[in-house]
This record gives sequence, structure tokens and C-alpha cells, in this order.
Amino acid sequence: MLSEIALYGAIETGLIYGLVAFGIYISFRVLDFPDLTVDGSFPLGAAVAAMLIIAGWNPWIATGAAILAGMAAGAVTALLNVKLKILNLLASILTMIALYSVNLRIMGRPNVALLTEETVLTPWYNLDLAYHHVPVLLFVIVVAVSLILLWRFMKSETGLAMRATGANPRMARAQGIATGAMIVLGVALSNGLVGLAGALFAQSQGAADVTMGVGVIVIGLASLIGGEAVITPSTVVRALLACVIGAIIYRLAIAFALNADFLGLQAQDLNLITAVLVTLAIVLPGVRTSVIGKLTRNKA
Amino acid sequence: MISASDLRLTFGKGTPLENPALRGMSLTVNQGEFVTVIGSNGAGKSTFLNALSGEVLVDSGEIIVDNTDVTKLPTHKRAGQVARVFQDPLAGTCETLSIEENLALAIKRGQRRGLTAAVKKQYLEQFRDSLSSLNLGLENRLGDKMGLLSGGQRQAVSLLMASLTPSSILLLDEHTAALDPKTAAFVLELTTQIIEEQQLTALMVTHSMKQALEVGSRTVMLHQGQVVFDIAGKEREGLEVKDLLGLFEKQRGLSVDDDSLLLG
Repeated sequence: MLSEIALYGAIETGLIYGLVAFGIYISFRVLDFPDLTVDGSFPLGAAVAAMLIIAGWNPWIATGAAILAGMAAGAVTALLNVKLKILNLLASILTMIALYSVNLRIMGRPNVALLTEETVLTPWYNLDLAYHHVPVLLFVIVVAVSLILLWRFMKSETGLAMRATGANPRMARAQGIATGAMIVLGVALSNGLVGLAGALFAQSQGAADVTMGVGVIVIGLASLIGGEAVITPSTVVRALLACVIGAIIYRLAIAFALNADFLGLQAQDLNLITAVLVTLAIVLPGVRTSVIGKLTRNKA
Repeated sequence: MISASDLRLTFGKGTPLENPALRGMSLTVNQGEFVTVIGSNGAGKSTFLNALSGEVLVDSGEIIVDNTDVTKLPTHKRAGQVARVFQDPLAGTCETLSIEENLALAIKRGQRRGLTAAVKKQYLEQFRDSLSSLNLGLENRLGDKMGLLSGGQRQAVSLLMASLTPSSILLLDEHTAALDPKTAAFVLELTTQIIEEQQLTALMVTHSMKQALEVGSRTVMLHQGQVVFDIAGKEREGLEVKDLLGLFEKQRGLSVDDDSLLLG
């Protein structure tokens, strides 16, 4: 079975990926913009935060800078699509590839350790709490604040314009919405959240690594789709809750799979398990309805 | 007032599929006029509306809306002056958003959008009032997703959305063509009612000559990207479909071979 520390570790990582899932919700669901930039903006956020923390910046300001860096990366992808008319998926792959070099440049080496530095978590360790409870507590607060802000935003005039842009761009233009600007804003916002996730991940893991972004998009999608299977995303707030819950469930599923000795799985099998889980998450809801359909037809 | 002069637009220039859609189209619609536009397939009706709304930019010519030259402006910058209802009932609304959210989008047409709540309390009464004028019971379903409504209901709401804020011109692009006859009649009646009540300036493209003569105050026929005739007032009164056909043949020395125009 899962130890308490492994359980909290899974929830901690799940909360961070909840932020990634928020970002992917904005790009994939709200804007209908398949954006793979996140594989680059996640380590970008980590790299920016890590280097600024090492340079002696306040860790919260460093984290804020990571958000801005992520937003800039997202804006580049969106501008490639909106201004240069490059297919959205390809535009995001171009930015993602470019960010690999950018991230190496920022860090100057493939990875940077943060173990001895003061991070956003440091002051919280002075509280009278178990060591492994601290990151969970802090990240619950960060995720809750992000969720409320995003929810409010999606209900605002600008947020509604963004949702219309993704759902029906022709109608959005006819209502006077600058759809190009909405795509830039939305993809920037999405990658800003992913940059935040990267920055928090680096600080909780004690290191930033240039390869830490590999597969972030798949994990984020797994969280989003898994969450949507649990909570029907009929309203904005339900869709956002689905992101967080999906991310935590996904992380717990991975932790259980790796801890279940009878399965014989090891850490290096992570990406394989992820791919299988995503496939199942996409296929299963369809299987369920077709099975139910067959059952009801048999009855009738 | 909206005035288009000598609009020219060719699709696929320099390719074997080169298609001159507008060939010197000129039309001025005065304040308060309700113009119906007819023409066979390929006459340039839809292209003309798209040019007016900004969905396509013309190669040459000039479009003036209320003394502003909008020729080069994209759709979203003209939206404050140009309201539009599409042919496809699904095109004018967002099915993933609720009825009140769709109306909230429309109430800010062409205006700056900020960070305050989109669906404001003070809008709700106005939304309910306008929806109840449709007699579809939608005033009690503000929170329902647009996708739950039928095509006719959605087209009625599209029409309402287009008239929620003032515009210089309302463009109706065969907006009853995709509906069943009964619903089409309902939406058409609603159209004339809204246009009369709010004294809107409107341009309605239709495929049916009968419809073109029954509603509005002026009828324009397009052919091969140009206006072939333009009738209003006494000249138009009591005119029937066969008279229109005669007019067309006299003007062009051509006969109308588009069955749907005759049958519609």
C-alpha cells in the first residue's frame, strides 16, 4: 500500500498539475487551440524561478517572473498562429523546441539545484506542521486562489468574449470581438499558469531541470480528460474543479501503480503508464455509453 | 446610412478558378429603409453582405457607414455599426454558452469589454422582456444552454441579439432559408416586427422573389456582381413575381433560369 508520505507527495504533485490542467483547459477547451508550448513553458517557469532565487530574489517575486515568462512564451505561440498564419499545433511545437534552447541559456547548464535556497515553501516549514503536509497546504491555497480568479475571469465580459472566440469565432467577430487578440491573451494566460506550475514544482522538488517538461502536455491532458470523466464540465466552475480533481486522481493512480508490487512496474515505466491512462480516459467514456446503450436496447 | 460604391472583388485571382464575385457593385441604403436583395446563385449576394460586414475585404471600391470609411476595417471593428444574422441558425449564437451569456455578448457588440461580470443583474430584466416578446417561453430559460434550443428558436434569438443594441444597418443573410416553412414564416414576421418597432435600417438577402416583394420598402436585384434593378415606392407597389421576371429580362435581355427563384 501507499505510505502516507507517498500519498501526500502524490497530492502535492497533483495540485501542481492541476495548474497545468487549468492552462490546458484554457487552450484546448476554451479556445479550441491545441497548444503543446506547455512542454517548454513548464521548465521555462522552473528555470526562471530557480535562477532568480539563486540570484537572491524574493521567491514569490521570482515565481511571478516565471508566470510572466510563461505568458511571453504563450504569446509567441499565439502570435505565430494569429499573425503569421502558422497552424496552431505547429506554432506551438516551434515555440516548444525553441524554448529548449532558451531554457538551457537561462540556466547555463542542464539542471540547477535549489535545495539550500530559500523558496516559497521555506517560511511554511516553521509552522507547527508535519514536513510533508507543508507543500500540500501551500499548493491547496495557490490552486484555490487560481481557480477563483480564473472562474471570475471566465464569467467577465472579456472572459465571455474568449469563450465565444473558441466556440464560434465567426459569431464572436460579428459581435465585435477581436478574436486574434483573444487567442493571444488566452494562450498567454494558459502558459502563465503552466509557468507558475513549473516554478512551484522546481521549488518543491529542489531543482530545475531542462528535461522536466517532457510529457507535461500529456499529463495535463490526462488530468483534464480524467477529471471531465468524473465531473461533467457543464459549467466553468465544474470544469475547473475537474482539472484539479483529475490531476490528483491521475497522480494517485500513478503512485498506486508504481507501489503495487504485484504489477512489477518501476519508475521508468511512468510515461508508458501515462500514455495508457490517457488512452483509457479518452476511450472509456465512449465504451461506457455504448455498453449502456446495448444494455438498454436489450431490455427494450 | 450605408453606401457602397463600385465594389470589386475577385476570388482566386490568377488561378484557373478565378471568380469575379463583385463587378462594380454600388448601392446606397438610407436611414430607415428596409431593402430586400434577390439574385440567383452566384449573383454576389452573400459576397456583398460579407463585404459590408468586413468578413471579406474588397479589391477596390468604397464602403461608407454613417460618414465613416470602413472599407479597410476588419469585421470586429465594424461590428458596432453593422449587426448581422446568418443563414445558418447555428452560426449566430454560441451553443456552449447559456442564453443569457449569448445575450450578454450581444449587448456589448462593438463596445469595449472589461473585467466586470458579463451577465449583470441590470441586464436580466431587459433580457426577459425581449425574450418574452418572442412568445417562445425562453424568458424562463435564461440559464439554459443555447444548444438545447431548436434552429428556429436560435434564429429568433439571433435576431433579438442583433437588435439588442443600436446599429447603422442590420444585415440579414437568407436568415429564414434553413428553416421549415412554418418557422421561417414566424422568423420573417418577427423580423418585420422588430425592424418596424425599432425603425432599423436593414438589408435582407432572400432567395425568394415573393418574400422580396412582400416585405421591406425597396427591392434590389443582383446579377453577376452588379445591381440590375432597384425599385421602391409606387413603382414597387402591387408588383408580382412575374413582373419582376419581366423587368429582369427587359434589363438584361436574359431569362431567369434559376428554378428556385421562380418557385420560392
